[in-house]
Amino acid sequence: MALLLIVFLPILMAWLPRTTERLGRNFSLVITLLAPLIAVAIALSYLPAVLRGEIHEVSFPWVPSLGLNFEFRVDPLSLMFALLILCIGILVVWYGRFYLSKKDSIGKLYSLLLMFMTAMLGIVLSNNVLLLFVFWELTSITSFLLIGYWQHNSDARKGARMALAVTGGGGLALLAGLIMLAHMAGSYTLTDIFAAHEAIIAHSLYPVMLILVLIGAFTKSAQFPFHFWLPHAMAAPTPVSAYLHSATMVKAGIFLLARLHPAIAGTDMWVLVVTSIGLITMTFAAVMAMFKHDLKGLLAYSTVSHLGLITMLFGISTELAVLAGIFHILNHAAFKASLFMAAGIVDHETGTRDLRVLRGMYKYMPLTAVLSVLAAAAMAGVPFFNGFLSKEMMLTAVLDIPAFGAFAWIVPVVASIAALFSVYYSTRFAHNTFFAGEAKKTPTFPPHAPSKLMVAPIMLMVTLCVGVGLFAQPLVGAYINAAGTTVLGYAQEPYSIYIWHGFNLPLLMSAIALIGGVALYTRKEQLLNWYKKRKPFNELYMFEGGVTQFMGWTTRFTNGLENGSLQRYIAFIVALMVLMLLQALMQLSSLTGSVSLTPVDTVAAVAIVVLIVAAFGTVAIHHHRFGALLILSVVGLMVSILFARFSAPDLAMTQLSVEVVTIVLLMLALYFLPQDTPNESSKRRVWRDVSIAGFAGIAVGAVAYAILTRPVQPISDYFLANSKPEGGGYNVVNVILVDFRGFDTFGEIVVLAIAGIGIATLLRNLYLPLPLTDNQGRAWDKVPHPPLLSMMARMLLPLALMVSAYIFLRGHNAPGGGFIAGLITSIALILQYVASGVSYVRERFQFNYPNWLAIGVLIAGLTGIGSWYFDHPFLTSTFEYLTWPVVGTFEVSSALPFDLGVFLTVVATTLLILAYIGKLTTTARVDD
Amino acid sequence: MEILIAIVIAVLTGTGLYLMLRSRTFPVVMGLTLLTYAVNLFLFAMGRIQYNAPPVINMSDTYSDPLPQALVLTAIVIGFAMTAFVVVLALRARADLGNDHVDGKDSVEDVKEANR
Repeated sequence: MALLLIVFLPILMAWLPRTTERLGRNFSLVITLLAPLIAVAIALSYLPAVLRGEIHEVSFPWVPSLGLNFEFRVDPLSLMFALLILCIGILVVWYGRFYLSKKDSIGKLYSLLLMFMTAMLGIVLSNNVLLLFVFWELTSITSFLLIGYWQHNSDARKGARMALAVTGGGGLALLAGLIMLAHMAGSYTLTDIFAAHEAIIAHSLYPVMLILVLIGAFTKSAQFPFHFWLPHAMAAPTPVSAYLHSATMVKAGIFLLARLHPAIAGTDMWVLVVTSIGLITMTFAAVMAMFKHDLKGLLAYSTVSHLGLITMLFGISTELAVLAGIFHILNHAAFKASLFMAAGIVDHETGTRDLRVLRGMYKYMPLTAVLSVLAAAAMAGVPFFNGFLSKEMMLTAVLDIPAFGAFAWIVPVVASIAALFSVYYSTRFAHNTFFAGEAKKTPTFPPHAPSKLMVAPIMLMVTLCVGVGLFAQPLVGAYINAAGTTVLGYAQEPYSIYIWHGFNLPLLMSAIALIGGVALYTRKEQLLNWYKKRKPFNELYMFEGGVTQFMGWTTRFTNGLENGSLQRYIAFIVALMVLMLLQALMQLSSLTGSVSLTPVDTVAAVAIVVLIVAAFGTVAIHHHRFGALLILSVVGLMVSILFARFSAPDLAMTQLSVEVVTIVLLMLALYFLPQDTPNESSKRRVWRDVSIAGFAGIAVGAVAYAILTRPVQPISDYFLANSKPEGGGYNVVNVILVDFRGFDTFGEIVVLAIAGIGIATLLRNLYLPLPLTDNQGRAWDKVPHPPLLSMMARMLLPLALMVSAYIFLRGHNAPGGGFIAGLITSIALILQYVASGVSYVRERFQFNYPNWLAIGVLIAGLTGIGSWYFDHPFLTSTFEYLTWPVVGTFEVSSALPFDLGVFLTVVATTLLILAYIGKLTTTARVDD
Repeated sequence: MEILIAIVIAVLTGTGLYLMLRSRTFPVVMGLTLLTYAVNLFLFAMGRIQYNAPPVINMSDTYSDPLPQALVLTAIVIGFAMTAFVVVLALRARADLGNDHVDGKDSVEDVKEANR
């Protein structure tokens, strides 16, 4: 439980600085420091146990079905990182209080830093790779916000976006890699993954997994070729750079290498890839750092270089290399954070970070200068500083790497050169800024000395650098050995860190680097002049340019595909459907299945022939819309005959009534549309469409035939058996609709209602020109409503309503029900509109269709909710038999009110649609 | 009979799709209607074909599969609502855009307009 507090305390308190901002900056500082201080105390309480070699694990379920759980572990490696994150975090928060100007929101910075802290702590303490990934992404997001802290600054926004794109993209690769890793190990828990080392490296997909995980680690740790985002992330405020880009986030990738080392290292591939990338990064970034004029830019590239060094050491993976790597993580955090803070102070006091302007600052800020020189000495690897010790270990570790075979000599040579460059830029940082003659005019001049409180964190860390440099073994020796065991996965030979190892090759290499670096610095003018002549090169513009170009491609691709023609989209969709159907059909050995064919029925056969002729007829004369519509109605009629013939009386009745409504609807629509379709399709277009439609038809028909001739196992036996005993009805189709699958039906009437409302909305304020004549120029008849028709319709209305009531009531036991009765009622009412006109109906029926629609859905819904009252699930139905005098015994079912809801919805929707469109033919408007 | 059913579905699908690929709204609506028939028949046929076997208890000796029938019944009604929606959309487009081309531009008129 205490472990959870370490991780979550910062984020739980993250809202405090932001909300209490007006209480002053000192209050913000105190309230922000609370969480990390408590967390440090808890973390330190684990230290004795960890040094004894105990590993503490906790686990709480989160999404167990995915293997994602709150699993945390404390071991030497995770505790080291946790303490690093918390302690540097505390110093950075302290420093930020003095760094940030009055106009910047300190609460925002602190809140974000606290959130970021939780993300980092989560990464290092996770014992579950999925959980680790969640925190990993959280660092990407919070660091995005932190880099873009000055959101008014375009460089900050671009830098933040680039960092997010690169680390986020790497995160996706990492996710894939971690999932593969977990599948190889059979568990997402790290403890199990460590145990599965042999199985993992023997797995056939190991190389793929390794590359994916490494992409994740390398993007985060800014390794070549993903290094370019880090220098641009320097647009962040200096406290953020000091924290994220020296001590923590960029170390997350390194941490991942160390964390997974026992599980996925130990192969030649690991050694070759990781060592090479580390070496390249280290050297390349050191060269880049040499030519940076921006203090923070210099530090950024030197960070990349040192991260490369650590990566290389974990790549070599010998005992010494791993220990050196761990040791260097600590050392680097200490001196690089100090240097960043020093750079921030210089920037703060002088208003510039440009090394071409900065000179002789020693005069104005002697304390900062001394501390910077010391920290730079640690970075350069001068003896008696901590950086020297880890560099010596590194130079020893690179001497003989068997995996590189005959090329093993390259590594120490290149490493020495990189060390030389490192000495050069360290010297430049310290000498150029604080000495090198008289101070030039800086934006803020004369600079004043920074507040002692602001320098305090630097002092603390430089003390550590010197202290560890002198007394490494007693101070950190035991701990580094313990962490080494965790990373290696086995107990190694105990190693003691000494300053003096006698005269040996590493010492020589170190000396060459030191002397060479300083010598190079004395010739720096020539070096910089040479660099100036080169073509300038900015990754940010390249990256932005690349993004813009990529957007251009995608836009062109999308525009090429989607040219706004709906016709074209339908063609694409249908063509794709045909391809998929064909692919499915290809797998059949024979189209005809094992089931014998049903004998041909004469009525059905005749209907089918008529149907086919009518369907083709519709297409053939579709340019004459009215005629085509009439022929289309024949198709619908034949379909209902087929339903009737194939034992589906309910369907036949539904189809028949829908057919009537549809044709009336289409005729109404035709009144407002041109009566003829122009012949505008080219020959080629027609043939293209004929072939697409033809292929689609044949494919669908073939699939239908293939299915129909194969045996079926219906799931309907349950419905047939339980229709009467459970649902209380003989008509199984209706019982399914109102009872077994009542919830589906409820959803369907809601869809109906939505369609109705949508139509009503579309029709609002719609003004279509009313044609005065038909398409041949003849005026409309003076008598729009023939008396014979209207009289007949009026006489039919009560009859139709009675039939509809009958069909509704019998629906549970014989073909009928709410849907069909609703449609019949609609037709009867529509007939009144057709025969007698809108105004006639309006005078007599005052129905507000949208209201009735809502009432219908409500009745159905309330019936369903009613069953909750009897402690049954939604829409459970029940039935009872009543005996009344005269009427006799009859059944009362709770499904009846539900069916009434269906009935009302159908009637209201149908009439809403037709009456509203019908209204358009008159001068009365929908919105009236 | 199965062959005939398959042919009917094929013809309805083909004619429906051909009309849906036309450039004016009204034929597209008619095509949609034809395609609706095809889909409904297809779904219905998945329950296989039987004569004189309505799924009403005690009405016959054997029963055809009631489930596809229930599905198709609601599908028919919703199909009508959707057709109506498309029709109204077409009317709206005609009112707002001044023509009944599916892409909202009268190719013949537009070309003339551009050349003028």
